[in-house]
Amino acid sequence: MRLSSTIRILLVGLVVVALASFLPFAVSGYVLGLLTIAYYFGVFAMAWDLLFGFAGEVNFGPTFLIGTGAYTAGILDNLYQPPIWLCVVAGTLAAVAGGVILALPALRVRGPYFGLTTLVAVLMLQNYVVVDASLTGGEIGLTVPDVITISDAKNYELALWFMAFSAAILFSLSRSPVGLILQASGQDAVQAGALGFNVTKHKLFAFIVSALFSGLAGALMVFYLGSASVGTFIDITVGVQIIIAAVLGGRRTILGGVLGAVFIIAMAEALRPIGDLANFVVFTMALVVVLLFPSGFFGLLTRTKEGG
Amino acid sequence: MGTCRVSVVFWQILVDGFAVSSLYALGAMGFALIFGVSGVLNLSHGALMVVAVVAAWAAGNDLHDDPYTGALIGIGAGFVATMITYFVIVGPLQRTQKIREEEKEIFILTGTLLWGIMIQEFIAYLYTNNAKTVAPIVNGVMSIVGVRTPKNELFTAIVCWLVIGGLWLLVNRTRAGKAVLAASMNPRGVTLLGIELSRIYIAIWAIYGLLVGVAGVLLGMFLGVSSYSVGPLTASAFSIVVLGGLGSVSGALIAAYVVGYLETITAYLISPAYRTIPALLLLIVVMYLRPRGFLGRR
Repeated sequence: MRLSSTIRILLVGLVVVALASFLPFAVSGYVLGLLTIAYYFGVFAMAWDLLFGFAGEVNFGPTFLIGTGAYTAGILDNLYQPPIWLCVVAGTLAAVAGGVILALPALRVRGPYFGLTTLVAVLMLQNYVVVDASLTGGEIGLTVPDVITISDAKNYELALWFMAFSAAILFSLSRSPVGLILQASGQDAVQAGALGFNVTKHKLFAFIVSALFSGLAGALMVFYLGSASVGTFIDITVGVQIIIAAVLGGRRTILGGVLGAVFIIAMAEALRPIGDLANFVVFTMALVVVLLFPSGFFGLLTRTKEGG
Repeated sequence: MGTCRVSVVFWQILVDGFAVSSLYALGAMGFALIFGVSGVLNLSHGALMVVAVVAAWAAGNDLHDDPYTGALIGIGAGFVATMITYFVIVGPLQRTQKIREEEKEIFILTGTLLWGIMIQEFIAYLYTNNAKTVAPIVNGVMSIVGVRTPKNELFTAIVCWLVIGGLWLLVNRTRAGKAVLAASMNPRGVTLLGIELSRIYIAIWAIYGLLVGVAGVLLGMFLGVSSYSVGPLTASAFSIVVLGGLGSVSGALIAAYVVGYLETITAYLISPAYRTIPALLLLIVVMYLRPRGFLGRR
């Protein structure tokens, strides 16, 4: 029953992605650019949901992992210009190392304490980037000499299929026995341990998987944008936007993150005419959803199937 | 001559650090009180303080009020914003049936975080991101142990300590205060004694609102803020409270002085650019070695 519903959702997702892959024939390069960013954001949000929704870790610092991946890839490319894939791999590995570092306090402290640790991790990374300006470009930002491609359509397809691939893996993982054990450890670590599950091992695994996708997405986004800056990859506001995307889409649904990310980017664009007030309106809508529909968009769609 | 310069810097750090630390202590006090009694971590804390500053600043700038009226308007604005936070966001989330009990903490964190950012965006929209400094009530400069100090700095420290002292008396010496203290130790026990928990929550949020207002206005007169200060202000209150031990008010006091002096020493002896880094490092070390903070319970 559970397996069949998982496969059904994945098939529906595949159809949606296949349809979306025809968009370059229908819409302008500008819209494709917006969607490209939204898809990378979707991966950030899904990776965050794995930690928050399933492992129960209040991570205020998704940008610590993303920024580590993005800046490692960007700096490497800037210094030595190796093949781009090598930079992306290096960025991903650095983010995974970051994930392990972040996991260490998580295994010791709980809830708000861990939340603060992640916040501090982001502030430290931000301080480092600003202070070590000769390497990182500081507050101005880092320009990388290479990009993957300058074609809007190709960038769009890459982001779309990367997002689909990440979604399939993260979603299957969340529905697998491992996902159930993670959920159990998140809700009652002591009881999960008493049932014989290795809570430490599973949480560490969740951190590594989350870091892997965050870092990979961050590194790919650097080579799409051609630059990296604190404002796009590390700032706490970016982290909050990722959290909003995941919560709007529906926590503990993984796929909801993509809906939330597309919604946020689309709203910000639709509200552009009202200028500086646009962000305010988006945040207000997010707050209303949190207060009135805590299970989010995806939660409303699949309420009957969740059963729990 | 060398020793003379060293001693001047030493006294300067001692005097400046004291004023900054007192302000940090007052700012973190309300945050610690709310957490200690109702288990709520209010991530819009910094935004509420900025509301108080901006209101006081706008009263002086746009309405040309004198500093006293401006300060009162600032305190009032901080109070109103805090009560909105409770009645619109925290209270409904605490009572809702739609969210499972163990997940409410996460929702309150997310909700207050969003609320804080909404305030930040709105202030930036109304008054831009520029830094705002409130005209101080006390002007002029005086000399303390050979250090030229603005009188405003001394005024800040005195008001902070008066308010902290008043809070201490209120909690430890009055009947209502004792009920609050009891609620923080055992909420169910207090309910059984016939005291309504919801009234205690409203009372502590009202106290918190006043503390936020006073701390905000003093901050505006002393250092000034911009809408960018929202995040760092929340983070500094949060770190002070965690360092001192969540729920421990006296722990928060000690931690405020540790953080205030660490920052001042760094700013004077190394560089103002590195101001916040040692305190963050200390926080990480304490969380690894002693997660419950200096004076935390458990």
